[in-house]
Formats: sequence, structure tokens, C-alpha cells
Amino acid sequence: MIQHHLILRVVTKLLVGTIIVFALYVQFHGDFSPGGGFQAGVIMAVAFIIYGIVFGLEKVKQVFPAWIVHKMVALGVLIYAGTGVVSMFLGYDYLDYGAFSPHHPTHGQHWGLLIVEFGVGVTVTGVMVAIYYAFAGRPPAISDEDW
Amino acid sequence: MAVEPHTVEHTARTLMDHLPVLQVLIPFCTGPIIVFLGSRRLAWPLAFVASALSLIVSLMLLWQVKDGGYIAYTLGGWEPPLGIEYRIDAANAFVLMLISLIGTITLPYALISVADEIKRRDHTLFYACWMLCFTGLLGMVATADAFNVFVFLEISSLSTYVLVAMGADRDRRALTAAYDYLIMGTIGATFFVIGLGMIYMATGTLNMADIADRLADQGANRTVRSGFAFVIVGMGLKIAMFPLHLWLPKAYVFAPSAVTVFLAATATKAAIYVMLRFTFSVYRPEFTYATNTLEMIFLPLAVIAMFSASFVAAFQTNFKRMLAYSSVAQIGYILLGVAILNETGLTAGIVHLFNHGITKALMFMGVGAFVLRAGGSFYAQIAGLGRQMPLTGAALVIGGLSLIGVPGTAGFISKWYLVQAAFERAPDNPMYLAIAVSVVLSSLLAVVYVWRAFEAMYLMAPATDIRAKEAPLLMLVPMWVLAIACIWFGIDTDLIAGAAAQAAAGLFEGSQGMLEMKGAVH
Repeated sequence: MIQHHLILRVVTKLLVGTIIVFALYVQFHGDFSPGGGFQAGVIMAVAFIIYGIVFGLEKVKQVFPAWIVHKMVALGVLIYAGTGVVSMFLGYDYLDYGAFSPHHPTHGQHWGLLIVEFGVGVTVTGVMVAIYYAFAGRPPAISDEDW
Repeated sequence: MAVEPHTVEHTARTLMDHLPVLQVLIPFCTGPIIVFLGSRRLAWPLAFVASALSLIVSLMLLWQVKDGGYIAYTLGGWEPPLGIEYRIDAANAFVLMLISLIGTITLPYALISVADEIKRRDHTLFYACWMLCFTGLLGMVATADAFNVFVFLEISSLSTYVLVAMGADRDRRALTAAYDYLIMGTIGATFFVIGLGMIYMATGTLNMADIADRLADQGANRTVRSGFAFVIVGMGLKIAMFPLHLWLPKAYVFAPSAVTVFLAATATKAAIYVMLRFTFSVYRPEFTYATNTLEMIFLPLAVIAMFSASFVAAFQTNFKRMLAYSSVAQIGYILLGVAILNETGLTAGIVHLFNHGITKALMFMGVGAFVLRAGGSFYAQIAGLGRQMPLTGAALVIGGLSLIGVPGTAGFISKWYLVQAAFERAPDNPMYLAIAVSVVLSSLLAVVYVWRAFEAMYLMAPATDIRAKEAPLLMLVPMWVLAIACIWFGIDTDLIAGAAAQAAAGLFEGSQGMLEMKGAVH
């Protein structure tokens, strides 16, 4: 068990929550201000990655198991594509968000954008964490005994 | 601030209106669904249902456009050139049909072959990747937006690298093959996107019809010409146009058998379609530089490919590698048809696109069955297997004959059109007589390399005393469907040649112009 780096551990625990809240802020203000799903996803993933770097891969995998990461990658794409499929079922073109509010297409565009950006956020979080897991979980090519 | 709600005129879209996007959307959604469910049992059935549905959609599309005209679809209701447009005409409906047909026929074959060659825990992801590759190929053919082509090209390429690398369970060299393909493919995609950047700089638009209109207005300048060069070289790499074909033999040899079947019949074909689209609809053959490229670069390279790749194929000791080199030669025939630059030639190219697709898929399926039973595809390993597995052997013989171009098989039809196209140009340029002769001569080389495989299959003494069992039914049925298709399309030429002639006529007319938006104001 790593017990050194007291300051790092305390600061990380303080920061993780803030980072996640900031990610959600960037996520849901994406259609009004700079930001959106991709940036939010990266920030969200950063919260888990820093936790993993400081406390170890095992600990972060207890919080965020690899199988959930796996599903998130697919889920985000399905949210995005699914939004388009819903608009198709409402009688509009694929991804025509006007469908969600026929009398006021601009509102429909806002809602649609919010949903697909959420999908982007989910996938990007998943992919970023998956890349981190893949690199961090990789055993060294030559172990120390082999020399 | 309260905004008055207002009613917008809108006619509800029906399922038929959605066909162009459904073609791409069905496999696209299936990929993530397979990953999300994560069930090994459901992966294959889902993939198969998605492929079958896309086949139905592609046939419905082909039916609508086979007599000319086009179907346009605007994504998100955004009007092109700002929005992305999908546009289906005879040319791409034909290629969409080929891709979904091969996808649907190959999947039943893949079930056993994949179970044999790939670790169980990877099966779910394998079929998800397969679906993404399928999506990418369909997408780059269906779209009418130049940048969208690049996006789908990347989707298909990235998943292809993974699929090729999955051969590593059988042979570790699959990893270097996939890596080589990744480097070459990425260079190709980069060249393509640099070309698009130049076109965008010159025209300020990415919609193909819009680019065509603006290029016609401004004529040639250096930016436009270099854009053309970059697009052609980039696509040339993906097509495996000689001498940019070095990635192909390795990738085909070391990929899992089912992947080789699928890639050989579809991946290069989709890239050829994109190149045709850029040469004929976006740029016009009337531009002298486009004509020069076709006549002075494509034509000689195609002829060299026909001979040199066939020659190399004749010296191979591995059935799969022989077929891979033969693919490079056959791509030469397709490009030769295009470079002859008349409607018959283009028809020949498109007919051969299809005929070579089904023939090569059949051949690779047969080799895959040998790999399943004998563990490898070297001639020494498959010696005598044709006699021990008579049905697989017979299907391979039909495929081999079609590859040579024996009358009564599909391969003959494409070579017939090719020779005819060359003769049409012969009166004003005797060089084309030599080209017609070269088509026939290079077919003789095909006789040599196909004969070597037959010899190993039937005449050589078996390597071991153990008798190989016939391939399982699930592999035989797709093989024989393709074998019968090879003969059917060699006798009944109306269907394929008719559709190809319509596609060629459409391409020769050039751009169909921008989409006129009617009705609803968006």
C-alpha cells in the first residue's frame, strides 16, 4: 500500500469532486458557451485518471470497473444515434432535432443538441479512461527477473 | 423573452424516404449494440440480421435508381452544401449492393471460421469491428459529401486494421501485416484529406455536386490540380493500385480467413468507387489533367499490374498469397477499363468490380476451408485436399475458371467488355489493339497461377495419411451460392451488365447538379 505523498493524496481527494462538477458544467453549457461533450468527457476522465495515478490502478478500478468503461464507450454512440432514430420515428429526417418540438424547431434543436452532446460526453469519458487503463494495466515487456 | 410559437409546414417522412440513411445506420447501430450487450451468443445473430437488412435496403435502392435519376437525403434536415447529403444513383447503389451482398454471404461462413481461428473472448468485439468496417464501406459509398467520405474511410480503415491484427492468434505475423497496412493506409487517408483541403481552399465547399459546379466555373488552376493529384494518390493507396499495393498481400495472407474474404471483395472496391466518383463527377474527364492522368498514368500502371502481379502470383507457394497477388492484377483490369475512357470501358470496369468481388470471395472462402482442415494454405499443406474435400474443390475450380475468364463464367463477361472497349478506341489509336491483346495475354498468366493451385489440390500426393473431412455445411453453402453466382452471371449478363452500363452512363454524364430543396423550409 502506497502511504507516501501525503499532500498529493489529500489534494487529489479534494480535487476529484471539483473536477467532476466542472466536467458536468462544461457538458451542459456546451450549447451556450465554449465546451461540449468532447471537452467534458476529457475532463471527466481526468478525474478518474488522476485518482488512478495517485492511488493506483486497483483502487480506481474498484470505483470505475473496466466493464462499465467498456459499456460506456458503446452507450454514448447509441445515445447519439438513438436521438436520430427517434427523430426518424417522429417523421423527420435522421438527426433533425426540430422533431422534438414541431411548433418551435429552435427549442427542438437545443434539446436534441443537449442529448447528443451527452452521448459524446459518455463515449469520450469511456474512451479516455479505457486508454489509461490499457496503458497503465500493461505488464512491463521485460520483467526484472529476465535480465 | 417569449417567442411566439409558429407552425412549420412539414410532411412526415416515410420509411422509403429514409432508405439512404438506413443503409448506413443499421450496421452502424448494430456495432455499439453488440459491444453494449457484450453477449457472445448474440453477437453473430445481430450482425447477420443487420447485414441481411442492409442487403434488402440496398436492393430496394438499386431498384429505384437502376433506370437513372438519384435519391437524395439530407441529414438533420440541413440543406446542402451546409448539411451532409447522401445521394444514391445507379453507380453507388450498385456498389452498395455488392458490399452488402458479400457481407451477408460471408457472415454465415465466418461463424465457423472465426470460431476456429480467433480466441473465444474476442468474438464479441470481432463482430462489432466487422459491423463498423461494413458501416464505413457503405458510408463512403453512400455519401455525397467529400469530407464525409474521409470520415467513413477512417471508420472502415481503423476497424480493418483491428480485423487484420486478429489473425495474430494463428500467426503472429498478422501484427506486422496490420501495422504495415496501418502505416500505408494512414498515408493514403492523409493524402486524401490534404487533397480535400486543397479542393476546399479553391471552392469553399465540400458537397460533391457543389464542388463540381464551382470547378466548372473556375477551370483549372494549380490548387485544383494538386488537389486532384493528392486525392488520386491517396485513394490509389487504398485501392492497392500498382505500385502502391505493397500492403495488400501481407494483409490478405495473415488476416483471419473470413476477414480476407470480406476485404478482398469489398474494401478495395469501395475505394475504387470513390476514385471513380472524384474522377468523373467531382472533376470532369474533360479537364485535360484528369484525362492525362487516366491515359498516361492509370493505363500503363494497369497494364504493368496485370502482367507483373500475375507473374509474381505464378511463383507463390502459398495459395492465399497467390490470390492476393492475383487481386492486384485484377485491380489492374478494373483500372484499365476506367482508363480506356469510353462508356464501354467504364462499364467493363464496374462489371469487373462485381465479378471479381464474387470470384475472389469464393476463392478465399475455399482456401479458408482448407485452412480449417489442414491448418495452413501452403501448396504442400493443401496437397490432394481437392480430392478429399470434393465440394470445396469443385467450388474452387469454378472460382479459378472465373478468375481466368473462361467463357461461361462471370470473369469472361468482364474481359469481353474490356476487349470490346479497347477495340472501340482502336480505329483512332492502334495502341488500343495492343491493349486488347495484353488483356488476353495476361489471362494466360492467370491460367498458369490457377493451374498451380489446381495441381496441388488434385494431382499432388497428400501430405499426411489423415483424410481431411469435407468443409462444414455452413461454409459450403455460402461458397456454392457464390459459385453458382459465378456461372449465373457468366450466362445471364443482363442483370449486372445492365446495372453497370447505367452506372457508367451516369458517371459519364458528370455531376447531376446541386439538390433543389422543395417543400419544407428548414
